[in-house]
Amino acid sequence: MFYRENGQFKTTYKADQQAFVIPQDRWAIVAIVVFAFVGVPLLVDEYMFRAILVPFLILSLAALGVNILVGYCGQITLGAGASMAVGAYAAYNFLVRVDGMPALAAILLGGLVAAAAGIVFGAPSLRVRGLYLAVATLAAQFFWDWAFLRIKWFTNNSSSGNVSVSDINLLGWTVNTPTDKYLFCLGILVAFTMMAKNLLRGNMGRQWMAIRDMDVAAAVIGIRPMYAKLTAFAVSSFYLGVAGALWGFVNLGSWEPAAFSIDRSLQLLFMVIIGGLGAISGGFFGAAFIVILPIFLNQMLPLVGGLLGLDVSIALAAHVEIIIFGSLIVFFLIVEPHGIARLWATGREKLRLWPFPH
Amino acid sequence: MAFFLETLLGGLMSGMLYSLVALGFVLIFKASGVFNFAQGAMVLFAALAMARFSEWIPGWLGIESLFVANVLAFSVAVVIMFIVAWLIERLALRHLVNQEGATLLMATLGIAYVLDGIGQTIFGSDIYKIDVGMPKEPVMMLESVFEGGILINKEDFIAALIAALLVISLSIFFQKTATGRALRAVADDHQAAQSIGIPLGRIWVIVWCVAGITALVAGIIWGSKLGAQFSLQTVALRALPVVILGGLTSVPGAIIGGLIIGVGEKLSEVYLGPFVGGGIEIWFAYMLALVFLLFRPQGLFGEKIIDRV
Repeated sequence: MFYRENGQFKTTYKADQQAFVIPQDRWAIVAIVVFAFVGVPLLVDEYMFRAILVPFLILSLAALGVNILVGYCGQITLGAGASMAVGAYAAYNFLVRVDGMPALAAILLGGLVAAAAGIVFGAPSLRVRGLYLAVATLAAQFFWDWAFLRIKWFTNNSSSGNVSVSDINLLGWTVNTPTDKYLFCLGILVAFTMMAKNLLRGNMGRQWMAIRDMDVAAAVIGIRPMYAKLTAFAVSSFYLGVAGALWGFVNLGSWEPAAFSIDRSLQLLFMVIIGGLGAISGGFFGAAFIVILPIFLNQMLPLVGGLLGLDVSIALAAHVEIIIFGSLIVFFLIVEPHGIARLWATGREKLRLWPFPH
Repeated sequence: MAFFLETLLGGLMSGMLYSLVALGFVLIFKASGVFNFAQGAMVLFAALAMARFSEWIPGWLGIESLFVANVLAFSVAVVIMFIVAWLIERLALRHLVNQEGATLLMATLGIAYVLDGIGQTIFGSDIYKIDVGMPKEPVMMLESVFEGGILINKEDFIAALIAALLVISLSIFFQKTATGRALRAVADDHQAAQSIGIPLGRIWVIVWCVAGITALVAGIIWGSKLGAQFSLQTVALRALPVVILGGLTSVPGAIIGGLIIGVGEKLSEVYLGPFVGGGIEIWFAYMLALVFLLFRPQGLFGEKIIDRV
């Protein structure tokens, strides 16, 4: 009834080519963004910001980067955490070694360095495909893990790769309270999501999707596989690098290489697969799922145990937590292999016809 | 020269152990197209089961002999791995037939979490000893040829022998028995195999059982070296370059890949490591595999990938 597009005629090419063709979508997005900027800071408390919202925003950005590579270009990567690490440490080096470097510029430069590293480690994708490539990307993961631990120059000679960044200063605005951090990350996330949306519906995104669907066929119709694959690696790594820098600068404040270990890579891949491959909203759903579920389980298990009259020890709770987490992942994959974004799309189709489905 | 040979032999023997873990990957991938990330968790689970039951059984049954206790624990562990295999097929994989590779990969990761959690809930999360009576003391060899001879770790040697035995018996199983032939048929073509009356579900359970047994053997060997503990999981990550180097679908590939990676790791750590700060084993293995892949994208013995539009 409310979500129905008949009667909406487009009379110009411009109207037909906008990012969100249906006005309801457009207004819904605007409303969500406005609510995120204005409403959320009024409603939630500091704990929410620190424990849930800031990690959620940053991981959404990272998941968006992974989705560009895995969901749109079809190159499975298990080295996403490495790109985040490169971004974080490169940004740190820019900040520490260059006098008067603004934090935002350092973060973006960190993203660029991560993009360069991504191109180098993405180069094998020209020869190696599929699961072989997925395992080969682990080379990047383990190499950078090692590099940030052992090569002292990268970490400004700190022991065990532990580095820290004080509060970020942005044109006189000091980002130090949880609300500031939230707004800072939100701003970057909104800008990057817009960029991704436009990139993906443009020439480059279409090339990636052609490569994903079948690279030989794409090459036959004149798409250069090398250019398409390497740009996908570069853009994806840029997103991941920026997300990594944010994770280090804003969320953690001080970090060591273990923050970007292989577990992080797997977590990011989980997000895009559970959220939905090849859908921008997928990254957000996946990040929400992965960030909130452990916290939820963590809070709920002692309660449930208390109700049943069981004394749940911390170790047992942790084990039950990963058991439930693992089984939920398998369950979701069985129920909806195309991710939460697909459920959402199905719901929208239903909504279009509601309340007269025939 | 003696030192070089010593390193080389050490590499070959640890390579054999990598192949053992890699075999589990290859068996499952060949038969069902699932890239089983849970192999590491299975190794850990099996090792924990073995370690704990060999500790518990003497208490329960009042058996003194270490040997009998170990044999009993081994059989219990085998039964447990069979049950695990059956449950995995029944509860997860059966419902995921025909999904994409990435989805299956993630599902096995979920299974890995579940196995980790259950294993540590039942068996505890400390470091447990597995004592199957492997000799620990090193022996000297070829003293007449080189000055000082070559120092060989007996334990590694026996482990490599066991691994080799397992591989040989697996190849006999695959080549000579009816079940083995059925397994190979399924690996070649699911539909064709099904059309001549091979039950897919049962074959998958069998494959996971076989993979469970290789995981158990790997778990016992690695466990008696390092102790049955959480970090056994990382053994699977060490075995991944072996799998892609040898080819995802090739059993001999897993063996030869394991030997190449084992030797490469040890030599690089000894001769290259000191210049760059050490600890390069793990990424060097991946880089080595990558270099091979650049020349043969399907691995050394993998089936040739043919692309058609």
